[in-house]
Amino acid sequence: MKDIEFTLNGKKVHSAADPLKRLLDVLRDDFTETGVKEGCGEGECGACSVLMDGKLVNSCMVPIGAAEGCDIVTPEGLRETEKGKVIIESFADSGAVQCGFCTPGMMMAADALLEENSNPSEEEIREALSGNLCRCTGYDLIVKGVKDSATRGKKLW
Amino acid sequence: MSNKISTAVRRVDAVEKASGRARYISDYEFKGLLYARVLRSEKPRAKITGISKPDFPEGYYYIDGKDIPSEGRNNIQMIKDDWHVFAEGEVRYIGETIALVVGPDKEKVLQLLSEIRVSYKEEEPAYTIAEGLACKGGPLFGDDNIYGEYNLVKGNPEEAFKNAVKVVEGTYKTGFQEHLYMEPQGMVGTWEEGKLTIYASAQCPFYIRKSVAGVIGVDEKNIRIKQVTTGGAFGGKEHFPDVIATPLAVAVHKLKQPVELVFDRIEDISFTCKRHPSEITIKTALDKNNTILGMDIDTRINGGGYESSTLIVLQRALLHGLGVYNIPNAHVRGRAVATNTFPSDAYRGFGAPQGLFAIELHMSQVAREAGMLPADFKRKYFIKTGDMTVTNTTMKDVVKLEEMFKAADDMSDYSRKVKEYEHDPLKGIGISFVNHGGGFTGNGEQEIIKSVVKMKRTGEKKAALYVSNVEMGQGLQTVLRKIAAQELGLDYTDIDYDNPDTDIVPDSGPTVASRSTMVVGYLIQECAKKLKTRWDEGIGTETEHHYVHPPGLVWNQDTLQGDAYPSYGWGLNVVEVEMDPVTFEIKTTGIWTVFDVGIPMDDTIMAGQVSGGVIQALGYASMEKCEVLDGRFRQHTMADYVIPTSVDFPEVKNVFIENPYAYGPSGAKGAGELVFDAAAPAYADAVQQLTGRNIYEIPVTPEMVMGALK
Repeated sequence: MKDIEFTLNGKKVHSAADPLKRLLDVLRDDFTETGVKEGCGEGECGACSVLMDGKLVNSCMVPIGAAEGCDIVTPEGLRETEKGKVIIESFADSGAVQCGFCTPGMMMAADALLEENSNPSEEEIREALSGNLCRCTGYDLIVKGVKDSATRGKKLW
Repeated sequence: MSNKISTAVRRVDAVEKASGRARYISDYEFKGLLYARVLRSEKPRAKITGISKPDFPEGYYYIDGKDIPSEGRNNIQMIKDDWHVFAEGEVRYIGETIALVVGPDKEKVLQLLSEIRVSYKEEEPAYTIAEGLACKGGPLFGDDNIYGEYNLVKGNPEEAFKNAVKVVEGTYKTGFQEHLYMEPQGMVGTWEEGKLTIYASAQCPFYIRKSVAGVIGVDEKNIRIKQVTTGGAFGGKEHFPDVIATPLAVAVHKLKQPVELVFDRIEDISFTCKRHPSEITIKTALDKNNTILGMDIDTRINGGGYESSTLIVLQRALLHGLGVYNIPNAHVRGRAVATNTFPSDAYRGFGAPQGLFAIELHMSQVAREAGMLPADFKRKYFIKTGDMTVTNTTMKDVVKLEEMFKAADDMSDYSRKVKEYEHDPLKGIGISFVNHGGGFTGNGEQEIIKSVVKMKRTGEKKAALYVSNVEMGQGLQTVLRKIAAQELGLDYTDIDYDNPDTDIVPDSGPTVASRSTMVVGYLIQECAKKLKTRWDEGIGTETEHHYVHPPGLVWNQDTLQGDAYPSYGWGLNVVEVEMDPVTFEIKTTGIWTVFDVGIPMDDTIMAGQVSGGVIQALGYASMEKCEVLDGRFRQHTMADYVIPTSVDFPEVKNVFIENPYAYGPSGAKGAGELVFDAAAPAYADAVQQLTGRNIYEIPVTPEMVMGALK
């Protein structure tokens, strides 16, 4: 079977996995990227969100074969960047984190939004987070965390 | 907030979690890990007549009741020990554990599982409360299917109904609710240094230890439970983890190898406990001036196939049955019914939300029968300090409901809007008032839990605290550190508090019942005071503190009379809605809340509790439909069991009214459940005003609204 080549957090990597294996499983099992969480396995909750060529995707819905040649960024990658650090700090100070299981995915969604719109309104933030479920916070403080990220990271996005 | 302790700090776990570094059970690696899957009953009520298995290759195992050591028992030691680890010849609900299939390759385990054939002799099942009460198919429990019945009587309700000029009656129904914590249930059992050890996503490590010890037949000290970072719980990881841990422990005890049992989402929704469905009939006797003479409340809850904690849930529903009102004469009756649905169990509020939904909606309906607006009518009956409660003792709390109403009215403009919307066919505004008893019911803290906490000086300016209570998102690891740090004059980051390990921490009780801050936090405060007086004895100095019941409280668990709770949190919610005249969809346009949680322990953490609890309750009220069809939950994926997203509700606007409690840390009371209690009746009340029709059931779906308007 042909190796699948893709970029993971800026590094070229190979996977010899079955092309139908979920990107989620490849990331967690083969690359120990455990910041990518499995919440539902059916593309509903967003806990497994990653960036694929800059687009927010649910990695449980992507077969690894479809990632050939793509640029994949996980929470492990984003957290090392200035943008990631701003989001993490803003989330922490806003009280956006409770049980934390949805939070890495929320961070990915926040970054994807800010890449497109560096000064979003509350409504735009809520719309952008609507594919990521959270059962703890009721979302208010996550929305605050994203607003705060936009303010703190003004020049980054 | 004026209180120093209320000043928000950054949560100790925030950065680790946000960055994806925090490890949940599925993120751990264990050498030589085996995977377990559950062989489940496919019938709701049947005798097992045979099980045929394929040949198991070497290294693959079929684990069932025969593998329980002879010293052990096939019963899970929860509150009632009727639930079996493995089905014993009969099954009482779909999904009941029959066996585990264990082996090194997940796919192979699944294949073996699919090749097992269980044959059944089917019996007629009962699914609903009505079917259970009618003993459809013959009784499942005793001779009447009633796990337990209680009757609370205050004053002379019979006399009140004799003197009534008018009786208002309604039956209020709530459905199953799924916790839908974002991290599914899971644990890994290992054999470490000759000891059965379980790593668990759980609320109550010592509950698991007790259950596992009983099943294996060893002293509790021979079992070790280590809680790992837990991705949400809401009561779903209170007792149910025992149902996973016990068969897993049997497998680990036999194989002496690490075994993982982690649910996927469909399995988690399909085969874990839900909130008890309820049907509550309330009759109110009115005199000629529309003054309430008395009430008769008949509460039925669906316990499912095993009793487990159902009677304690029922008690809490009844003890909150009169809500925040001083009703002179009342009969509150409750029955828990056995059926063939998945056993119901703990969910945030533990019966109180069901009781409060019924009384709040009913009071709004009685108000309208009396020609009054809901808040005006309800306020006439607010219980006050010194008034008699439903358990025939005096209300000892300082009740600030009037002050809370004023704060809510100022924020929401309720009084003006409620009048204006009387004539607006597309708008409505609802209000609800609740209280919630903090800690275990009655003398449970004193007689059952008997909490112990420990602290230790660990450095020049460092200390550690040892409790069995867990961080599950609510912020406990930050709050308890703040409490200890305040007493010791340290920074909260100078206090260590690890995820509990039953080999290390004393048993300070389960992480349930809004008790962790109020009860355990108070013990930590007192323990820290002791440590401070002994600080100069040097590094390594340890102090312990044991629970003492607050003075002046009396309780009789047999009659359920006396002081049901040491204190209450109080709350009120206002919810405003609009209807789309074409689709009948209801849009929530405003949410205002006021809570009395004593003194908030952290403004930001508490704001998170309020928003989270209120939105979870609005999901319960408006969209979280969970029906049983042929014994299975019809909604069993995240696509069809729908919870609120970030676009479904507007921001929750909240204020706290301070009301310090003498036996809470810095004056704190319970809060985690209170914040769930009020939103569902406020939402339904708003829809009542909008439609001009009484609502009797949640979730209030667009179909129901359309039906009501036709």
